[in-house]
Amino acid sequence: MAETAALAHVNGLRAARRSPASHLAEAFAAGSVPGTVTLKEIPYQAMVGIRVERTSDAGTRLASVAGGLPATCGEVTGTGSVNALWLGPAEFLIVAPEESHDSLGGSLIGDLTAALGADEGQVVDLSANRTTFELSGSRARAVLEKSCSLDLHPRTFKAGTALATEIGHIPVVLWKTGEETFRLFPRASFADYLGRWLVDSMREYASPEVP
Amino acid sequence: MLLISCPNCGPRDETEFHYGGQAHVAYPENPAALSDREWAEYLFYRDNTKGAFAERWVHSTGCRQWFNMLRDTVSYEIQSIYRMGEPRPDAAPAGTATITTSPEGAQK
Repeated sequence: MAETAALAHVNGLRAARRSPASHLAEAFAAGSVPGTVTLKEIPYQAMVGIRVERTSDAGTRLASVAGGLPATCGEVTGTGSVNALWLGPAEFLIVAPEESHDSLGGSLIGDLTAALGADEGQVVDLSANRTTFELSGSRARAVLEKSCSLDLHPRTFKAGTALATEIGHIPVVLWKTGEETFRLFPRASFADYLGRWLVDSMREYASPEVP
Repeated sequence: MLLISCPNCGPRDETEFHYGGQAHVAYPENPAALSDREWAEYLFYRDNTKGAFAERWVHSTGCRQWFNMLRDTVSYEIQSIYRMGEPRPDAAPAGTATITTSPEGAQK
């Protein structure tokens, strides 16, 4: 009963919650060029930081809950909505929909914590640490290439790859979810800066191309 | 800008990394037995090598792991990148890995 009451309380607060780039929603919509490049925020995704040795018993248990843990840089594991991104040799980021957070009736963090048990490692709720931007469209890569030094050409950077790098001089996790779709995970405090930076980078595609 | 090959992530721009100073400076076995001068030398005095220099770097916006690099301080050529705990790969004369000279070249 107590848990149900707490849940109702949390859901009451949900309407008052503001995502890190919520004030830019209009700017994102105005700056997007449908069919060419669009930018939107996907707020409140559940994220869990995991630090564990992959090959240990705890790593195996956590992998079974998370749908696998990636072995090398860039790899993303998981199927459907729960995915694990490689951040370091023993550090991973689980990204899942908002509803899987324990405070909203899910059980992701509780399950991961239980899987780790008393073994060496960490399971930390990082849902408020980063927000998610989705940049998509035929010019999405061109927008990113202005401020990211990675080789983003599809022959090197394939869909289903995620890399921690710098975009616009700030640390960002860049996940290519589709051929023309990128998800960017900036820290919450950088969301305003990166949002404005990307809108600025997108501006030229709203004008007719100069031959 | 240097293009540094992180042992975990591959080649990345220098701006993703942070410098960690001279590598292979061993922690004193018995710090309490050191004189103030020896302790200060351990803490603050580092080689100022012209040529191949072993140094530590961390890939701070990538995998956040430390590694060692052998870099030429004149040409900036990266001669070797190796993991923490591994010995310096070039045939360096014994003794260069630890601080043997006193500050200002004073006699011990």
